[in-house]
Amino acid sequence: MNGPGRKARVVVHLPQQARRGEIIEIRTLAGHDMETGFRRTQFGELIPRDIITRFACSYNGVEVFRAELHPAIAANPLITFSTVASESGTLEFRWSGDNGYAATHSAQISVV
Amino acid sequence: MGRETRAMQDDDATNPAVLWLLDGEALWSRKAGEAAKACADCHGDARSSMKGAAARYPGFYSAKEKIINLDQRVNLCRIERQQAPAFAYESRELLALSAYIGRQSRGMPIDIKADETTKPFLDAGRAAFNRRQGQLNLACSQCHDDNWGKSLAGNPIPQAHPTGYPIYRLEWQGLGSLQRRLRNCFIGVRAEPYAYGAPEFVNLEFYLMWRARGMKLETPAVRP
Ligand code: HEC
Ligand code: HEC
Repeated sequence: MNGPGRKARVVVHLPQQARRGEIIEIRTLAGHDMETGFRRTQFGELIPRDIITRFACSYNGVEVFRAELHPAIAANPLITFSTVASESGTLEFRWSGDNGYAATHSAQISVV
Repeated sequence: MGRETRAMQDDDATNPAVLWLLDGEALWSRKAGEAAKACADCHGDARSSMKGAAARYPGFYSAKEKIINLDQRVNLCRIERQQAPAFAYESRELLALSAYIGRQSRGMPIDIKADETTKPFLDAGRAAFNRRQGQLNLACSQCHDDNWGKSLAGNPIPQAHPTGYPIYRLEWQGLGSLQRRLRNCFIGVRAEPYAYGAPEFVNLEFYLMWRARGMKLETPAVRP
């Protein structure tokens, strides 16, 4: 399902505008099978691990959130976190994982 | 369905089926087949052209004199209009397109009409719903009409209204069709499920959607 030719799909929700100092919620969803590496086919062969291993978010170049992912996290992981709206600018989201998996997304926020 | 599952379903930021909707939207405007045409080349913007379409499926297909479901309707256009090979049942592409088309009818009442032409198919579906089968010798109706609201091995028994297909099922960790869901109930009573796309299966789907007529579509739904 994550095979070659399939675009890595990610969806990110955050407010477009916030007041300075406000705590904003950011919700991210990444399309991924999260194959644990512990399952076997019906012929007994081990299905190789294929998971997202790392997620990070930076806000105007400064990392504000990072997560390490492990086997047995559900498919299509939803990661929700919050940060403080300090200044207008760009949030960059980056997912990476096994078999060269990489996805990025960026979003603007204006802080008033 | 629990409160948390509903909250997950109703919020586009948390409903994982949104990932399939994006694929469906991309496929909608991608040219394919010998005809080198995209769905959008004939149907335009799905948000208007497909509004209400999913609420009318399964429906009667006069050229073949049978009932077809939405997946089959999509594949007819693949084969006849795009001159491209049909998508396999439960393939990512077919689920994505059906979910994307279904999404355009979200909130609209299911609009299945029974008339003289469709009555034999509806009756066949109803008979299948009420027929005892499998090693457990249980009919669908014994759970879904007679015992809904009670629980079975910790799961509440629903009324079996297929209002949200294709669904994102947490147990599957992915999107699946109504037929895939029904296979689980067949296997649950240790009966042999019909093959994907079999007319018996489509008639049963037709009956279930008719039985749910007037209820609002919630495609793509999230279910445990
Ligand atoms: C060359 C034009 C053409 C292309 C390309 C095409 N269609 Fe169609 N489609 C039609 C026509 C004409 C109908 C009317 C019904 C019929 O075929 O009898 C139709 C009907 C439908 C319907 C039924 C709508 C309803 O209200 O019942 C659906 C759903 C549909 N198409 C989906 C698709 C999808 C998805 C694609 C792309 C994979 C696609 N079509 C590509 C011409 C096209
Ligand atoms: C032994 C009881 C039992 C029988 C018999 C049974 N089901 Fe079910 N069915 C269930 C339960 C329990 C669920 C919900 C499972 C869950 O939530 O994980 C369910 C779920 C469903 C759903 C999904 C509803 C939704 O909200 O999406 C449909 C549709 C359905 N069944 C149809 C059928 C049909 C058709 C048959 C006959 C072929 C059938 N069932 C036979 C117990 C049964």
